[in-house]
Amino acid sequence: MLSFCAAGSLFLAGAQSAKVATPAPAGTLRLISSLPRTGSANAQTNTMVNGIKLAIDEVGGQVDGWKIEYQDMDDASPQRGNWDPAVEAQNANAAVKDDECVAYIGTFNSGAAKVAIPILNRAGLVMVSPANTYPGLTKAGFGEANEPLVYRPSGKINYFRVVPTDDLQGVEAANWAQFLKARKVFILNDRELYGKGIADVFRKQAEKLGLEVVGFEGIDSKAANYRSLATKVKATSPDLVYFGGTTQSNAGQVAKDLRSGGYEGMFMVPDGCFEQAFIEAAGAANLNDKTFVTFGGLPAEQMTGKGAAFCTAYRAKYDADPEAYASYGYEAARVVLQAIANAKTKDRAGVLAAVSATKDFDGVLGKWSFDANGDTSSRVMSGQTVHEGNFKFVKVLGN
Amino acid sequence: MLDYQVFLQQLITGLSNGMIIALIAIGYTMVYGIIELINFAHGDVFMLGAFLALTLLGALGMEAWGPTGQVFGVLLMLIGSAVFCGGLNWSLDRLAYRALRKSSKLSLLVSAIGCSFVCMNLGLFWGGVPMKVFADGNSAAAPKDFPAIIPQINLLGDGFLRITPADLLVFAVTIPVMVALTFMVKRTRLGRAMRAVAQDPTAASLMGIPVDRVIGATFFIGGALGGFASVIYSLYNNTIGFQMGTRAGLDAFTAAVLGGIGSLPGAVLGGLTIGCVRSMSDQYLETRWTNTIVFCILVLILIFRPSGLLGSNRREKV
Repeated sequence: MLSFCAAGSLFLAGAQSAKVATPAPAGTLRLISSLPRTGSANAQTNTMVNGIKLAIDEVGGQVDGWKIEYQDMDDASPQRGNWDPAVEAQNANAAVKDDECVAYIGTFNSGAAKVAIPILNRAGLVMVSPANTYPGLTKAGFGEANEPLVYRPSGKINYFRVVPTDDLQGVEAANWAQFLKARKVFILNDRELYGKGIADVFRKQAEKLGLEVVGFEGIDSKAANYRSLATKVKATSPDLVYFGGTTQSNAGQVAKDLRSGGYEGMFMVPDGCFEQAFIEAAGAANLNDKTFVTFGGLPAEQMTGKGAAFCTAYRAKYDADPEAYASYGYEAARVVLQAIANAKTKDRAGVLAAVSATKDFDGVLGKWSFDANGDTSSRVMSGQTVHEGNFKFVKVLGN
Repeated sequence: MLDYQVFLQQLITGLSNGMIIALIAIGYTMVYGIIELINFAHGDVFMLGAFLALTLLGALGMEAWGPTGQVFGVLLMLIGSAVFCGGLNWSLDRLAYRALRKSSKLSLLVSAIGCSFVCMNLGLFWGGVPMKVFADGNSAAAPKDFPAIIPQINLLGDGFLRITPADLLVFAVTIPVMVALTFMVKRTRLGRAMRAVAQDPTAASLMGIPVDRVIGATFFIGGALGGFASVIYSLYNNTIGFQMGTRAGLDAFTAAVLGGIGSLPGAVLGGLTIGCVRSMSDQYLETRWTNTIVFCILVLILIFRPSGLLGSNRREKV
């Protein structure tokens, strides 16, 4: 299974580089991505890798006479069916040892980023994440006391991300809950970095808005079912249940058991569940029209300008719709490619300096820049619901 | 909801979950009782039973069958998974354990752990089968939705409590199975032979009891109970995955130890206790403490009653 995937991507990479017919390139520069390619996040990461490949294809596989190669690494293990800290560390170390590697695109899970950032930081290798939303990775005051300095052993910033963080998304989620006329909310989380983090932000904002928080519980994401929890939730009769977590941390089972336990109110989840796999795991009938999903970005069909062009190109090349994070995979790769073009020296230090200088970038969600922490200045977020087994865009949040 | 309503509701949930755990726990305890092996592969055999049930459901298109047809379908899955899991468990004994019967208990245990990994990886491959019920096999490791052909609606309408057909199914299957098993062990020739082998295999073989065949039968029966459990589990939780055997196996093993490993009523009591403790802890404490509570209770019981709730205190073997 694993070796088959690897062979497939090697073949693709080979096919792409074969197209490039430039006389004697100045050398090879490699982008490495580290995303969970085994397990249920696979559908989502497939489209992200497609996005990265699309960006590289658009520049013809070369920048300034330098050949651009791409390596698709898997940070999941079959045992966990999810990202694995040991594999992530292995990937980051492999990238550090690879002399031609100038940029690391990843990770998908914020927990995995915690592992990779310090390893890459010591080597001065730039890392651009298309999907990490846990605020503590870049900002102080949201997570542990030593964050984010603990990720910067060299004292320099090497970590950047093109997605808005959870401290923004959680706030918008609570605002939306209020707009949906929820008065009493029950908050659940998966006790992971991302899920607990966004649930905390949601709770803070909900309390600020005067919503009554009737419960706050961390679930066991490996449990067989959540019947007892569903009964407990139902007994407090909330209008809305918020789950901070992902499809991989059992959001589908939570939704199922809330319904079979007799809870009939609204259910809200963050972007970690914004993928078709969530609807498949939960069963569409349990979600339809009463489930709300926030996302730090816009779904494909709502994009304009550069974003719309991306969607058209994506559909033409892959004959499929990009999933939520595909555009960020594309964006992350483009940021790196532009940085390579702007870099004074085509090495790690040069590319790192050029990435951190990214300003007024013409991205899929409009113009944005990296701030001093390495975060995007983009604030575009959207809310969707599930209708007849598919996600349906409802509104732009935060404007 | 009133306080005692919540309590009763949690009790129902706890008993339903506990029944499923108990059914798996019996498989552990039977095998332990007869050859003193903790069959770590049991949880994964149970998992494969659930995959077989989903495959049957998908291949025969049971979702489209009417209510009567679906009752028949459930019966079919129960029988299919029971025979399959029983056969698989029997084969594990034949292939991986029998040859080690005379060697140290530790080699047997390591062999069991190996079987567990093999079964788990079989489940991973099975999840990649290109069938509609496995989401076309696109993502082998992802949890699979098990269609709710036993509906999760409240039979009591907007009543006082919530009892679903799935709850009833759990009791309707497990109680008769447990009664039949008790009868079998206590009254039949095979049952007597099993007890004899458990007490002293050498003496049993001197009396003309085919020891290996009796052990094989025990594995088959234990596996078959796991097969029943897998179908009920799937219909109750509506999600299956290749890793579900690990957690279910751990819960069931804990239940078997809690009740006194080797004791059938002990396994049932242990399962029900764990189910109810989980529910009550979820309700009256916090969900995140539930696992801690369960294992604290286990530790306490083992300190004060080292052989478990219903285990016998006398050591029968060296």
